Amino acid sequence: MSSRNDILQAIRDQAIPERPLPSVDIDAIIFDDPITQFQTVLESVGGQLIQVESHAEVTSHLTGFPPYRNAQQVCCAVAGLDNLPDGPNFVQLDAIDDPHDLKAIDYAILPGHFAVAENAAIWVTDEAVAHRAIYFLTQHLAIIVPAGEIVNNMHEAYRKLATKGGLDQHFGAFISGPSKTADIEQSLVIGAHGARSLSVFFVQSQAM
Amino acid sequence: MNHATQATAFVANDERAHWHDSALWFVRSKRDKCAHALPEWEDLRAAASEVKMHTISRLAKYLEQFEVNAKKLGVHVHWAKDGAEHNKIVHGILQKHDVKKVVKSKSMLTEECHLNPCLEKHGYEVVDTDLGERIVQLREEPPSHIVLPAIHLKKQDVSTLFEKHLGTEAGNNDPQYLTEAARGHLRDKFLGADAGITGVNFAIAETGGFVVCTNEGNADLGVSLPKLHIACMGIEKLIPRASDLSLFLRLLARSATGQPITTYSSHFHGPIAGGELHIVLVDNGRTEILGREEFRRSLNCIRCGACMNTCPVYRRSGGHSYETTVPGPIGSILAPARDANEFYSLPYACSLCGSCTDVCPVKIDLHNQLLTMRGKIAEKKILPWSKRIQMRLTSSVMKRTWLFRWAGGIARWIMPKLPRFLVYNRFNPWGKQREMPPFPKKSFRQLYADRKRNRQEDKPK
Ligand code: SF4
Repeated sequence: MSSRNDILQAIRDQAIPERPLPSVDIDAIIFDDPITQFQTVLESVGGQLIQVESHAEVTSHLTGFPPYRNAQQVCCAVAGLDNLPDGPNFVQLDAIDDPHDLKAIDYAILPGHFAVAENAAIWVTDEAVAHRAIYFLTQHLAIIVPAGEIVNNMHEAYRKLATKGGLDQHFGAFISGPSKTADIEQSLVIGAHGARSLSVFFVQSQAM
Repeated sequence: MNHATQATAFVANDERAHWHDSALWFVRSKRDKCAHALPEWEDLRAAASEVKMHTISRLAKYLEQFEVNAKKLGVHVHWAKDGAEHNKIVHGILQKHDVKKVVKSKSMLTEECHLNPCLEKHGYEVVDTDLGERIVQLREEPPSHIVLPAIHLKKQDVSTLFEKHLGTEAGNNDPQYLTEAARGHLRDKFLGADAGITGVNFAIAETGGFVVCTNEGNADLGVSLPKLHIACMGIEKLIPRASDLSLFLRLLARSATGQPITTYSSHFHGPIAGGELHIVLVDNGRTEILGREEFRRSLNCIRCGACMNTCPVYRRSGGHSYETTVPGPIGSILAPARDANEFYSLPYACSLCGSCTDVCPVKIDLHNQLLTMRGKIAEKKILPWSKRIQMRLTSSVMKRTWLFRWAGGIARWIMPKLPRFLVYNRFNPWGKQREMPPFPKKSFRQLYADRKRNRQEDKPK
């Protein structure tokens, strides 16, 4: 305990005059068309947006994606999205104890809570996803967001998180685009450690 | 050490030095584009700076609040006065969990504390998982930039390195191919790790949680597979409220690489199911800087790297020439603030152009602090005698108008007549690897007088 007390004491000994804490509610950017803004930024960071009416439409789009069609193992943690096209093997996340067993997942379809227009970020948590590792471990990722769940900027995003208790989850993240790196001579390479592709679906109706 | 001496090797490779310069300037330009796209950019900077200054002014209170809230989330909180204690704590946790293999994501703090060599000495396998960090780790050298650790290297270097360590094809320099090879290699490391160590970008006092930002997803993979997560942070990483993140996450990636946000901004509020989460709060000289009013603001730093990308000296001398964990303008304050004897030359590796101050997202007055630091170093009399004599001479000339005029006249007359060897020799570092500008025929005073006379003559009578 002594280091703790020493550090705190050393700080208090400085007797620094208090500076005021400002408000974070600055006049932040708002978009006429947040969805188009989201889409433009998402594409610029290597992702794609697909707007659909229903879960059934998600299914038909997935069938058209080569990474989905060629996937050996797929998992899905989106409630209501259950009649996915046949072909790959489906892995039940809940049935697995050890996230290491998810290492062969090629395609994961996971829920997102809301989208942020300014930076194409989507807020995800491990609330309905048994292993948070799957957001990062899967080779390709689709995130399903209810249409209309979009805010303009990060200020609105944190206000939303505050009212919805979004930070009560042990894990939550903003994800914007697929994993990437530019560590070799500043050349952008998509698919560093995490997902090699990201498709975001805005779905109008949760009914099938 | 001396920055100028260390930079000699870097500038000797002219082509590479130019490449380095323009690669970083490109990142700086991307930052500008992003910043200019937001009308509220300056408001963001002002608010972020104030939040940090407030936090620093009440740091003890916020640290205690953070500790209480983190413990409520089931997090173990540790305190370390210095790097050695930090390493001991981390080692202790790993020992208790019988860990053999550790994956680490980017953390300048663990770099500062020299955690890797300490753990390796105790027989642990420690793998840096950020691609750039893995590259420099395999090369057994430190990162040369805090955000772009391998910016001093070309793809050929990476190719040779990977050929040796990862068995990639000889001569294949394709970044896509090389990244793919690293992805495969590091996946095995992630899957085999017993513990993950991360840094912390922001720790939230009111919730007890913290945020880690990456583009690659390496931090998340590293702490989502093993059951043990250790997060190491400097005590200045604290912010009071979760809503403050709206400022900082908007500023960080835009300033760092010109991206609207990093790919992953992960919020940890408790351990993974069935696992343990430890946080180590590290002082290591920070409270001392806190006590020095003129340098206190440097604790605002969110380690975005923008001041490095824009610095004309950093861009042309490379990060390794600073021989510090954090190089560039901010490093040239933090390092001598801690040890002026060792790092006295860094504040002089600066043209005082002020570009760093212009780009810093948390409004650290970097160039003012660098100038102040020079004064402190001069007071301490730790400058080499050559520099001291030179400065005393310059100041005595500058103080006397007649002498300055006379010396200027002599120089303008004699310098163009001198043979090269008298101008370009080892006593004139300014003539190394560059041509001196031609001496003007007239002094500024003469030019000004001429101009005034001409104007008067031009006036209609
Ligand atoms: S001093 Fe400012 S610009 Fe430099 S790394 Fe820190 S926050 Fe970024």
